[in-house]
Amino acid sequence: MPAPDLKLDFTQIRILAGKEFWDRLRNRWVLAVALVFTVLALVIAYFGAAQQGSVGFQSIGLTIASLVSLVIYLIPLIALILGFDAVVGERERGSLELLLTLPLTRAELILGKYAGLAAALGFSTLAGFGAVGVILSPHLNLNGLFHYVGFMASTLLLGLAFLSIAVMLSVFAADRTRASGLAIGAWFFYVLVFDLLLLGALVLSGGQYGGDLFPYLLLLNPADVFRVLNVFSLDEVRSFYGLATVFPAALGHPALLGGVMLGWILAPLAIAIRTFQH
Amino acid sequence: MPSTIVEARGLTKRFGSIEAVRGVDLSIGAGELFGLIGHNGAGKSTLFKMLLGLLAPSEGSIQLEGQPIAGPGFREIRRRIGYLPENVVLYDNLTGLETLAFFADLKGVARHACAPLLERVGLAQAGGRRVREYSKGMRQRLGFAQALLGQPRLLFLDEPTTGLDPGAIRDFYQILRELTAQGVTMVLTSHILAEIQERVDRLAIMEQGRIRATGTVAELRNGMNLPLTLEIAGGAGLRGRVESLLADLGPESITETAGLLRVRLPRSAKLAALGRLATLGDALGDLHVREPSLEDVFFGYRS
Repeated sequence: MPAPDLKLDFTQIRILAGKEFWDRLRNRWVLAVALVFTVLALVIAYFGAAQQGSVGFQSIGLTIASLVSLVIYLIPLIALILGFDAVVGERERGSLELLLTLPLTRAELILGKYAGLAAALGFSTLAGFGAVGVILSPHLNLNGLFHYVGFMASTLLLGLAFLSIAVMLSVFAADRTRASGLAIGAWFFYVLVFDLLLLGALVLSGGQYGGDLFPYLLLLNPADVFRVLNVFSLDEVRSFYGLATVFPAALGHPALLGGVMLGWILAPLAIAIRTFQH
Repeated sequence: MPSTIVEARGLTKRFGSIEAVRGVDLSIGAGELFGLIGHNGAGKSTLFKMLLGLLAPSEGSIQLEGQPIAGPGFREIRRRIGYLPENVVLYDNLTGLETLAFFADLKGVARHACAPLLERVGLAQAGGRRVREYSKGMRQRLGFAQALLGQPRLLFLDEPTTGLDPGAIRDFYQILRELTAQGVTMVLTSHILAEIQERVDRLAIMEQGRIRATGTVAELRNGMNLPLTLEIAGGAGLRGRVESLLADLGPESITETAGLLRVRLPRSAKLAALGRLATLGDALGDLHVREPSLEDVFFGYRS
């Protein structure tokens, strides 16, 4: 039934979000994911250069560069796994109908679920990488610390964007199995296939077409936005990726890219709410 | 006639080219226990979902307590509604009490109302246990407690006694009776016709998306004019005497199994038949009058 156009009741959103968050805290999801982030970040910071024959903390630039290439695979996967059954899971359990007969709107249901899951993901991301930031802080000057915090913030945005995509897919899917298929598909597309397609198109056209368009096309993928955000934050990292040379500096402004990320968080959520209402 | 709580007019629901519900009119009064019966696919669930505001009707209107369910006052209306879905699986990882507290929060009901409700449905001892450890019957009771949160004025119960043992079913209807005495209106579906025929005030029979008949069980029986059955026990030679006594009353059939005579008669002949059988005196061992069951009525309307 089309939900009446009503003002959002933030109490209902908070109650739903609280349940989702406490569920993840209680089943130790938050703790487990935070630990994974801490261990991985520490290993990369201290052993990342082992192949080059040196062990120990090298530089924050190299650490962030390595973390970016890891996080770009891991965070979308974790966010998609976290959110893919947000709505379809309730539907399959039979509790969705019950929730919808309560004094709450469909928009509140989606936003409450999203907020709770986002809190769980955000908490583990900030706690996991934050702990490493604290451990590394003796090695860092203010500038390095600033960039590490920037990396954490962009990681958070990346997670929230993919969580938003996951919640949207959980509204589209008829059952959990299909929702998990869609989530895996989304991961493959954004994380693995998208860049290859772009490069393929660029190479096929011999660089004739798309060269100017290329940087803008990257904005169509939150994983690429995340990469560009971090590439532009550090000279050291910029040199690590050839990409930087083709990307116009004006487009690389962190505020602009942050805005694009925000769009990637809001748009799928808006689509999810709209689809769910009809 | 009590004031109308549920009022549906010309309700139709189409899914593509399929009409799941066709032109249903329904009026349910305050404090009524109303049953909705029909086989799978008859349109019960679709009608139920429209009444609850889960599905928008393709045509027609619904008013609950005089207000549209999807209007601006929908939160206030929904606070006064309780719903027990069929086969609901609540959250396995929460305890019974936590589950109720979650729904109480969303309904704007104080949490201290939860423990007494658990006690009312017989789960006082299990409130601290995780729902994953609950039996099917216990889950159903928890779902019922959830439906009772906030003292609803209108309850929708979809196959509410699924998984309950006979004792629990009796307790369940006891609670329903207490609620109707307080003026709570209830709409329930069931496929166990024998269970609801003695318990509902009125019922509607659904078939192929339409309501075929509405009324009390007695009204539906009379409407169908189904024959009743006399079961007669007695000594040898009884059959011949009974046949001759009842011959002009138009018996549909007379059969005998294990010394028990079964006579199917038109309802209009009931009193005349009893008067004549009384003349048998001591030759008559025992006599039962069997009214057609709700099941007979139901299949009568279907055929």
